[in-house]
Amino acid sequence: MSTFILLSITGLGLGAMYFLIASGLSLIYGLMGVLNFAHGAFLTVGSYASWWMSENAFDGIHSVLLRFLLGAVCGLAAGAVFAALVELVLIRPLYQRHIEQVLVTVGLSIAFVALVQGIWGPDVHPYAVPGWLHRTTTIFGAHIPNDRWVEIATAAVVLVLLQLFLRRTRYGLVIRAGVENRAMVTALGIDVRKAFTLVFALGGIAAAIAGVLSGVYFNTIDPGQGTSLLIFAFIVVVIGGLGSLGGSAVAAVVVGLLQQYVNYYAASQMGDIAVVLLLGLVLLARPRGLAGAFAT
Amino acid sequence: MDDLHVFLGQSHVLQGVSFTVREGGVTALLGRNGVGKTTTLRAILGLVGRRGTVRFDGDDLTSLATHRIVRRRVGYVPEDRDIFAGLTVEENLRLAERDPEPRYDLVYDLFPELRQRGGQRAGTLSGGQQQMLAIARALLNDNRLLLVDEPTKGLAPALVADVAHVLERLAELTTVLLVEQNLGVVRRIAHDAVVLDQGRVVHTSDAKALLAQPELVRRLLSVSAGEAS
Repeated sequence: MSTFILLSITGLGLGAMYFLIASGLSLIYGLMGVLNFAHGAFLTVGSYASWWMSENAFDGIHSVLLRFLLGAVCGLAAGAVFAALVELVLIRPLYQRHIEQVLVTVGLSIAFVALVQGIWGPDVHPYAVPGWLHRTTTIFGAHIPNDRWVEIATAAVVLVLLQLFLRRTRYGLVIRAGVENRAMVTALGIDVRKAFTLVFALGGIAAAIAGVLSGVYFNTIDPGQGTSLLIFAFIVVVIGGLGSLGGSAVAAVVVGLLQQYVNYYAASQMGDIAVVLLLGLVLLARPRGLAGAFAT
Repeated sequence: MDDLHVFLGQSHVLQGVSFTVREGGVTALLGRNGVGKTTTLRAILGLVGRRGTVRFDGDDLTSLATHRIVRRRVGYVPEDRDIFAGLTVEENLRLAERDPEPRYDLVYDLFPELRQRGGQRAGTLSGGQQQMLAIARALLNDNRLLLVDEPTKGLAPALVADVAHVLERLAELTTVLLVEQNLGVVRRIAHDAVVLDQGRVVHTSDAKALLAQPELVRRLLSVSAGEAS
């Protein structure tokens, strides 16, 4: 029983990171039709900016917690700015040119990993976090690493905030409408390009949070972390339904749990194969994913 | 508009369309299926790439983005309604607000049902209700020109009469460029008529004068003037 609980909470923690990456991917594709293969770079920006600031700019601060939090805030800001710049400089000139968009984002993804390797080397870097996150909490006999709770809670808060933003604000309304029919939004006199930049920035923040949390989860960061997590985030987006936050949240939980259960109860590394099989089954049964095309 | 050309893929859909919409009243844009009527409206709004000149109130709209054209008080009711199915009725209307004081009184006076169904997801409305919502979005703002594309398409006969009544009210408020296959509706509300064929303007006249010539109507539109009246 304790093993099952540990696997479940760990799976939810992993799913939380998948959701944070997938939420931005899903909204970007839903609104703009852009398959953003550079989204992993947003995660890397978040993890490396938070790590570098924490290690260098805030190294005079004694409290590890405060250093971590300040570094994380810088990582989020860097993720937002980087994502907005990618939209403005690389994506905006290529609207409606989907092949070129794919090439540009794939190219950026590859070049960015090389850039990070060139500056900070290809090796992993230890990611300093407050000691409490390395300790465990015992639930029904299962010793749960505390960072899992932080990951799950953060993803839940991000989900709620994004839903509130989408449902309670004018920009949220524009984004939800734009996911359905972008041309008609412009035909109502709305400059939908501002929403594009905003969605990229929000996606950048969410991915940067995932970058910080991946540092917490794995205790290290490396240049390829964003790319490897991005693959599963794409699967989550497709299973959840392009453009649907709620669908992505459900799919992220399912994928995270499935990976953990299969890796433990079947065989190590079988979890990844199980996720791909699940993707195939969902595409056969519901080609538009669990939630379809609405930004719910 | 002057010498408007639109290419969609390999097709030269509009081949130098030129006509003027008189201020006030309704100008009907007529023609058989596929002659470029919807494309003309979309070209005015910049929703499709076009060559030529579109002038509104003396200003050249050709180089403007769609949202900037619309903000010059041009409203659009598209052929397939294009309401946002995942949003509620109230959200659809809120999204369409441009003016500081949107005309909800007028909208709810014409379409009281929309007030009752404000919280309902628009995708669950009937075809007629969706058409009401599409028209209501355009009515919400004080537009100087309304582009209305086949508002009676697919509606039951009883609803066609309702929509025609609403269009009459619209015509009292603003200039309307109307694409409509139902000649009964055209006869009832249109002042001028422009007929397209194969991407070109082939006839321009007073609408009632056109409809009074059955042979001409049959030749230009392939229907009898009495049809659907």
